[in-house]
Amino acid sequence: MIRFIDVYKEYDNGTKALKGVNMRIDDGEFVFLVGPSGSGKSTIIKLITGEIALTQGKIMVNGYSMSNISPKQVPLMRRTLGIIFQDFRLIEKKTVYENLSFAMRAIGASNRDLKRRIPYVLQLVGLEQKADRYPGQLSGGEQQRVAIARALVNNPNMIIADEPTGNLDPKRSLEIMMLLERINELGTTVLVVTHEKNLVNRFGKRVVAIEDGRIINDETGGYYNGEKI
Amino acid sequence: MARRFNVGYYCSEGVHSIFTHGFMSFAAVCMIVACLLIMGSFSLVAVNLDNMLGDLEAQNEFLAYIDETYTEEQAQALQPQIEAIPNVAEVTYVSRDQALEDFKAGREGNELLDDLDGSVLRDRYRIHVDDIEQLKQTVDQVAAISGIADTNAAYEIAQGFVTVRNIAAGVAVVLVTILAVVSLFIIANTIKLAFFYRREEIAIMKMCGATNAFIRWPFVVQGMILGLAGAIVAFFLQWGVYELVSKTVIQSDGLSLVTILPFPSLILNILPVFCGAGLLIGVVGSVLAIRKFLQV
Ligand SMILES: Nc1ncnc2c1ncn2[C@@H]1O[C@H](COP(=O)(O)OP(=O)(O)O)[C@@H](O)[C@H]1O
Ligand SMILES: [Mg+2]
Repeated sequence: MIRFIDVYKEYDNGTKALKGVNMRIDDGEFVFLVGPSGSGKSTIIKLITGEIALTQGKIMVNGYSMSNISPKQVPLMRRTLGIIFQDFRLIEKKTVYENLSFAMRAIGASNRDLKRRIPYVLQLVGLEQKADRYPGQLSGGEQQRVAIARALVNNPNMIIADEPTGNLDPKRSLEIMMLLERINELGTTVLVVTHEKNLVNRFGKRVVAIEDGRIINDETGGYYNGEKI
Repeated sequence: MARRFNVGYYCSEGVHSIFTHGFMSFAAVCMIVACLLIMGSFSLVAVNLDNMLGDLEAQNEFLAYIDETYTEEQAQALQPQIEAIPNVAEVTYVSRDQALEDFKAGREGNELLDDLDGSVLRDRYRIHVDDIEQLKQTVDQVAAISGIADTNAAYEIAQGFVTVRNIAAGVAVVLVTILAVVSLFIIANTIKLAFFYRREEIAIMKMCGATNAFIRWPFVVQGMILGLAGAIVAFFLQWGVYELVSKTVIQSDGLSLVTILPFPSLILNILPVFCGAGLLIGVVGSVLAIRKFLQV
């Protein structure tokens, strides 16, 4: 579960990126976070992952309070999240399988865990045939599916994706969204940042719209026209 | 899930990283070798000088001659005064006749000596001191007693040894400090390079929830291996250099004035110190290198 209570974020250079954000995402939800470029979407994601610190307010992420989380707890908090970026962030010199095992080893998983879990997530994202390929030998859509598999491999409670389809053509984008929808149906909470209105409108999920650091709309089955709502 | 401490993983990552950055690793090992060799060489010189000083100390005595106008009773009355001086261990009175006897002993058959009687020599005290480093002060104090006409002491030699040893120790401390700092710097840079090379992987590890300790360990292992490798190379080089130098010194020292300790008798002192110092430099260097990268 994620909870933002009156959250303000001002960057060191004085930019006020968030100006009093209130938001609640319950376990099992599928949420689109939409808004124009520079409106503060990535700032929200980075506050959730602990990459940046908030200026004022309160943020709860899966039971951790981000305003007074200790450095030792940050890794434990991150293990409850699976994070996906627009640029995939795969390790080019490792195979698909190795990228996933790397993520599992990072939190101390045993070889037995690896052997059990990796084939399952590869099959879930439809890449079981390409385990031994390198990222460079895959299409963009396939690379993003590897990244999704990696986000899932440590069995997080929530998937957070910052513009996961930003580098993909519409057909691949739709495939990725459908995959995320399926993952949500299997029980994982999903938060997707995007500004692709066609996709958002097609799925009829909850849509949180942000503009200039403030949430301006939040409704299930919401509609997003890419500008003002 | 989760073994907490995956030694195999840390070691294989650490070793892998060393070979990925072969040149820097080589440079780091060389610096550690240089550092330890200099530290070792000066320490060995100091140890040997100390040892020779010990030999000298076994015979750390000097003579104090008594004024010729003093009678034997007057002369013997000086003994308590001499014994009262702090560094004096033992005082023996030697009359002029006895001194002549001692002198003649071992020189039998020398006609020149037959006519001599004790009056050509002076009564004297043979004085042992505890600490040869304070020999000069003690001799001065004895000479200041009225009734002591003169003293004879080999304190220049003792002083020489002490001075050389102290200089060796001082130079060693300075050099080792400088080289330790340089070694730390190079190790730290080697580790930084390795860290920088893997920064994307590390960002991904953090994103997945790896702890700082987990991220740090392979680099610490890398530093430890470099330090230990330096220590072992330095140890064998030191051994070779020591044997070479001691052979040369013994050959050129016709009078056998110099005694040199055999290297094997020092191994148990040197090897642990080298390994300990190498490991310390490696660990401190790597921890310093990545400390500031591990925030966030
Ligand atoms: N590291 C930063 N330092 C200063 N300003 C930043 C930083 N990151 C983002 N910003 C600013 O904060 C605002 C919100 O940015 P961001 O959250 O990235 O927007 P979005 O993801 O919606 O495009 C923008 O005005 C942006 O320029
Ligand atoms: Mg953004």
